[in-house]
Amino acid sequence: MSVSEVCFQLKGSNITSIVLELKNYPSSDFLNQLQNKVSQAPQLFADSAVVISLEKFSPDSAVDFHALISDCFEAGLHPMAFRAVADELLDAVKQTGLPALPGAARSASVQAPEEDNSVQDQTSAAVGDGEQVEMSLEATAEVSEQDLTASEPEAVKTIIETRVEIQEKLVHRPAKIIERPVRGGQQIYAEGCDLIVLAQVSEGAEVLADGNVHIYAPLRGRALAGVKGDSNARIFCQQLEAELVSIAGIFILSDELKDKAWKQTAHIQLKDERLEIAKINDK
Amino acid sequence: MAKIIVVTSGKGGVGKTTTSASIGTGLAQRGHKTVIIDFDVGLRNLDLIMGCERRVVYDFVNVINGESNLKQTLIKDKRVDNLYILPASQTRDKDALSQEGVEKVLDELSEDFDFIVCDSPAGIERGAQMALYFADMAIVVTNPEVSSVRDSDRILGILQSKSRKAEKGEVVEEKLLVTRYNPERVEEGEMLSVEDVKEILAIELLGVIPESEAVLKASNQGSPVILDDESNSGKAYSDAVGRLFGEEIEHRFLEIEKKGFFKRLMGA
Ligand SMILES: Nc1ncnc2c1ncn2[C@@H]1O[C@H](COP(=O)(O)OP(=O)(O)OP(=O)(O)O)[C@@H](O)[C@H]1O
Ligand SMILES: [Mg+2]
Repeated sequence: MSVSEVCFQLKGSNITSIVLELKNYPSSDFLNQLQNKVSQAPQLFADSAVVISLEKFSPDSAVDFHALISDCFEAGLHPMAFRAVADELLDAVKQTGLPALPGAARSASVQAPEEDNSVQDQTSAAVGDGEQVEMSLEATAEVSEQDLTASEPEAVKTIIETRVEIQEKLVHRPAKIIERPVRGGQQIYAEGCDLIVLAQVSEGAEVLADGNVHIYAPLRGRALAGVKGDSNARIFCQQLEAELVSIAGIFILSDELKDKAWKQTAHIQLKDERLEIAKINDK
Repeated sequence: MAKIIVVTSGKGGVGKTTTSASIGTGLAQRGHKTVIIDFDVGLRNLDLIMGCERRVVYDFVNVINGESNLKQTLIKDKRVDNLYILPASQTRDKDALSQEGVEKVLDELSEDFDFIVCDSPAGIERGAQMALYFADMAIVVTNPEVSSVRDSDRILGILQSKSRKAEKGEVVEEKLLVTRYNPERVEEGEMLSVEDVKEILAIELLGVIPESEAVLKASNQGSPVILDDESNSGKAYSDAVGRLFGEEIEHRFLEIEKKGFFKRLMGA
């Protein structure tokens, strides 16, 4: 009797990746813009795997996705899949050999109503984490919409799926706390949690967190929050003199920061895909 | 057990060797047995500034390789008791220093000396890392200009992450020494002020050494400037040594010197 060894195991897993949200292609400026973006935050982007999202992409004519993929490689990114592919683009995408993943987690029709701040604030206080709140709101919105349009069992299924996801996200990881200065050339990454720095972050230093970044001293280097895509992550710092701040991959450089809360206590968050910078205690 | 002090900077030519010579001499003047080690293998500068270049027979690399012992190699200063120099080799390349070799020599010196001052080569690479690896304290020499301050910041990061103390989860003492300070040029906005440098680096200020002709004169004579007690630079180095022993000495030479009556008369 021969016993053959197990050669592999198939496992389910979550991979977080950078998403390239395609808006306009082909464009003579595409490669140039992409290279610029990558060079502005090479630590974050260089040699990263990316998913190309076509959620906001609706071309008028046929698109050469092979060319798009080579452009990505040329800029130092490695496309691994497409996402949110509209039916009419499916054939063209399949020809590249890359898989077309199911649509984005949220689509415009099921997004929570932005105006409903009272609900959001309440839940926010109770749960204490923006991401979970948005998830649950999303589910409610979806359910109520489906109540009108779809059959009962489907609505129930949506609720159950969403619950599971929320349960997972409640797992709490303690923040990473750094008590000494982060000097030029150094990099600190808080994986799966918040980062709290009690001393300065020098020019040329980089602090990253999957969650929020708090700096109780001058921030002169780079701070990146939500590096795995959490758009609810925020950056707080006692003295904003940063070279770069970024949340969920959306970043701005010091030039643009200089007329906003510069050298003051600041709070940075992502709103409508733009970074909003506010002074703290500036009533 | 000796206290190991590294004099470091990242950027080259900011005054590390000048500082090592004067601080080492100042420590010895106060009665502490002190050795200054030249880690700048291949360049050999310290012996010139200390005026003992003609007395070099063996060097640091010879000791590491077991080709000479410390007794044969150390050069005793002729002016100041308790002061010794361990010169660098001029003929070897930078890789001649191994961490184990350096450790062995430092351990042996530690038994006999109160202070070991390590004059680091420029840069943040291997040579500089070797010089700072065993340090208990770092004197970070910085000129009041952006590139020097930035390099000092980097070397501080290396100090607190790649030194022996850092590896053991301890902290290396950090002291800032601003050198070649010229209040006129600060006033003109051509140089950073001491306050600026302090704010950027956020470490304790050990001293401010004014830019002065006396430094060049002293090094041409092969005599550390701290022995020129007429000069402002010499006085500033003496103050810095005093502060190392916890003396509270006010910082001097930070303001533009008022011209005396005689100088004004001469139109100088
Ligand atoms: N306070 C000062 N005033 C004027 N000149 C100075 C002063 N300090 C240092 N210098 C001059 O600056 C030059 C460089 O000094 P030094 O050799 O001490 O620097 P270093 O940091 O050891 O350089 P390297 O990185 O090459 O080892 C020398 O010519 C020295 O005379
Ligand atoms: Mg030198």
